[in-house]
Amino acid sequence: MTRPARIALKVVVWSICLAPLARLAYRAWTDDLGANPISFITNTLGDWTLRILLASLAMTPLRIAFGLSWPITVRRLLGLFAFAYVCLHFSVWIVLDFFFDWPRMWADIVKRPYITMGMLALLSLIPLAATSTTSMIRRLGARNWTRLHRLAYVAAVCAVVHYLWLAKVGVKDPYWYAAALVVLLGVRGWEWARRVIRRRRDRAQAAPPRVRSQAENPLS
Amino acid sequence: MLIRRAPRFTASEITDPTLYLSRRELISGAAAALVLAPGLGEAATPAPPALQALSATRHAAFSLTEPLTKVEAATTYNNFYEFGVNKDDPSRLGHTLKPRPWTVHVDGFVSKPKTFDVDELMRLFPLEERVYSLRCVEAWSMVIPWIGFPLAPLLKRVEPTGQAKYVEFTTLLDPNQFPAQKPGFFGFSSLDWPYVEGLRLDEAMHPLTLLTVGMYGKVLPNQNGAPVRVVIPWKYGFKSAKSIVRIRLVSEQPKTAWEKAAPQEYGFYSNVNPAVSHPRWSQADERRIGEFRRRPTLPFNGYADQVAALYTGMDLKKNY
Repeated sequence: MTRPARIALKVVVWSICLAPLARLAYRAWTDDLGANPISFITNTLGDWTLRILLASLAMTPLRIAFGLSWPITVRRLLGLFAFAYVCLHFSVWIVLDFFFDWPRMWADIVKRPYITMGMLALLSLIPLAATSTTSMIRRLGARNWTRLHRLAYVAAVCAVVHYLWLAKVGVKDPYWYAAALVVLLGVRGWEWARRVIRRRRDRAQAAPPRVRSQAENPLS
Repeated sequence: MLIRRAPRFTASEITDPTLYLSRRELISGAAAALVLAPGLGEAATPAPPALQALSATRHAAFSLTEPLTKVEAATTYNNFYEFGVNKDDPSRLGHTLKPRPWTVHVDGFVSKPKTFDVDELMRLFPLEERVYSLRCVEAWSMVIPWIGFPLAPLLKRVEPTGQAKYVEFTTLLDPNQFPAQKPGFFGFSSLDWPYVEGLRLDEAMHPLTLLTVGMYGKVLPNQNGAPVRVVIPWKYGFKSAKSIVRIRLVSEQPKTAWEKAAPQEYGFYSNVNPAVSHPRWSQADERRIGEFRRRPTLPFNGYADQVAALYTGMDLKKNY
């Protein structure tokens, strides 16, 4: 991928990821956030956290399924945007929704499973954001870094469950997100299984052929 | 020989002059919108129908003195699953509902079952305005000036028999008027239609229980349950069935729509109770629409003095 193409791609990703924030700011400016602005802001930020998080998890499957290499160049950027959105989502909850009522918020985190799930998703994204720099990859070593960043799967599962558990009867959106996550993890699972099978076959072929005994030969 | 022919239309099909006039208003309004619209695209959005004004005297003893929720908020932030699950669905899609002509069947265990035209109901019972607080089970609330009449005199008029123990309300079932009643993807439906709600007979007879035909000085907008709904201010909002076509007196506790959908979350009583959480969220506080900070939720939504006696000796944690 050429340098101008990479820059263009990043500009596109930045624009797409900032657009929802710009729209939210514009609606706030024009007093167009509806009758329950706090709930509207919280939900919008939560929606976009989930969308961008799933988009970041879609990059590897795109490579696996279509052999594309460009998605990997924006994977980190998407992950960091998902983290930015979840931080805003969480801040709105603290400041606008509960206005620093810490005991009340703590009670919800402990007692309300959907909030527990949301907290787990947020917590599992923190180490990923903290180790996102190239120097951190070097310090951890590629192997450890890759292992740590599997937390992204935990975050995505918790985030989807968070939405499934908070949505009321009849709301279909969380099921779509869950379906998307199943596909994204499914592609990885498929690829992983294929690799395991291939490795086993290679090992079997590399091993010296055993002489079949008479008893083992079904044709005799 | 004289052959009697059935009339080509029945009396009920003749358009009421006031409705006719309001249609004229609508047409002239739409024409004005066309003239004023800078682009043709905007002419496609139907202008909100002009709602007929309703006069009623305020029942001061049954009215809150708190500031009213803005009418724009009360008519754009609604739960009315027949139009969709999102808060803006009812106001966006509400135009498909035709609130006239409209009849309400009152039957079941009564001596004098009767079908009332909604306009007849409005003539039979003097209308009053009551400012009630509406507490949604989703932990938000509004203060709304409703116009209607207590349900009790209507029930007495049809003479409930000794077997009548509960009152069941049924909302209109018509997928042409309520788009979300059409089965969706994979036959998916949010609730088991029609929407059914219910009250114990003494709850239904309580003077606070209001059969409602208007709000904010006008007839009910479609998204708020036109043309006739019930309002039970000490219970979560979903108990207050909208667009009612049938009021049936029954001997068994009715199986309500939300009980069928999620029995562990929505009980038959559903009295506003800060001490009993929804399984997924706290009911201890609420956001009054238009306010910034949450405010504590009051037992029976602040109507404990009037209604707590209905539940003496009952375990309200079990009968949620």
